[in-house]
Amino acid sequence: MATVMIDLKRLGDVKAPAGFAERVLARAGMADSYAVFETVLGPVYVAWNQLGVSAAMRSKSAAEFEDWFRHDVGRKLVRVDPPADLGRKIEDQLSGRRRLRFDLRGLTSFSQQVLHKTLEIPRGQVRPYGWIAREIGHPAAVRAVGTALANNPIPYFIPCHRVVRSDGVIGNYGGGGPEAKRNILTLEGVQLKRLETLARSGFRYEGVKSTKIFCFPTCYHGRHAREENFVFFHDEVEARAAGYRPCKDCRPAVA
Amino acid sequence: MEGTERVFERLVRDHQDRVYALGLALTGNRHDAEEVAQDTFLRAYKALAGYPPERIRELKQRPWLHRIAVNVVRNRVRGVRPRLVELNGSEPDRGIGPEEDVLRRAEIDELASRVACLPPRYREAVVLRHVQELSYAEVADALGQPVGTVKANVHRGLKMLRGENHGDGDD
Repeated sequence: MATVMIDLKRLGDVKAPAGFAERVLARAGMADSYAVFETVLGPVYVAWNQLGVSAAMRSKSAAEFEDWFRHDVGRKLVRVDPPADLGRKIEDQLSGRRRLRFDLRGLTSFSQQVLHKTLEIPRGQVRPYGWIAREIGHPAAVRAVGTALANNPIPYFIPCHRVVRSDGVIGNYGGGGPEAKRNILTLEGVQLKRLETLARSGFRYEGVKSTKIFCFPTCYHGRHAREENFVFFHDEVEARAAGYRPCKDCRPAVA
Repeated sequence: MEGTERVFERLVRDHQDRVYALGLALTGNRHDAEEVAQDTFLRAYKALAGYPPERIRELKQRPWLHRIAVNVVRNRVRGVRPRLVELNGSEPDRGIGPEEDVLRRAEIDELASRVACLPPRYREAVVLRHVQELSYAEVADALGQPVGTVKANVHRGLKMLRGENHGDGDD
């Protein structure tokens, strides 16, 4: 009898495995989970919780990602084995086939508006910072838009790389510098050379003669027009004076 | 709400070892133990969120968690696993903890699986009394049974564990 009871007591001394408390807190929504995923961009650390994807970063190591997350997002973070389907969902998101949910709590409402607007830019297209500012109703806050995008906690997923300077300079990029930004845009099918040539000549909009509509040069519309049917404009006034109206899809100007 | 989260985090840190040990003793393997322990805390979390502050303050956490864990295990056996939003993936089978050497771990696992082979009513009583070392009154309270019943079940359970009437797969 005695030995059995001693043995049973030892059973009670078992310790919970490493990370147990964090896994519980993650399931209760009090900590975010993360894992590293192999993507078209290389390995990306991704954090998520019940509300959606909360952060993504091409960190050099798990420790670097954890430090950054705790400092910038400020919640607890637990490394887990990723759910079976999450890898595919992320792949779909990055290739534009799916829209994941995002958790942007903790950001200012201005930043949230900027990031939500950025999500509307289609793959393969770019918009100037000023476009975001105007679209969210703060036309003068161009610099603030730049700051909000620079601090985007979920780059690649929320495509801040699709926002460029209106003078045609691709601009800096928090997700790995200007070079990374160019690579991702090229990967998405943006013709950077053409865009930059136009910008160097001061052209910000392109119009199609047959439709009398002007667009941002990367807009989906007018992509089938023949090269000789394109006209280019320096600004909105010039386009309107030539009898063109702004595209309702890419909205280069208020209609 | 903020208060509840702090209370809950302390609850998890204070009781994680006890609840995990309880899960291991009741289920007999570490994978199920982790699941039971996680589910126990999640149920506790949901309950705490609905409790008024004075009830949270007066809560006797240890017996309360034991009662929840016993119910979690009973529901699993019935196959009515509580469904939880599973965005966080499966809990992985962690490697061997640094503080537990392989031999000791194997012994513990063997013991746990023997305990898990007891019929449920004996297993619950034995585990709460002799693994978790609750008083008979606390065990009776956690199981919702009279003290006399608990004592009898503990006695019969221990007898089976000692090898008299070794009941393999009795449940």
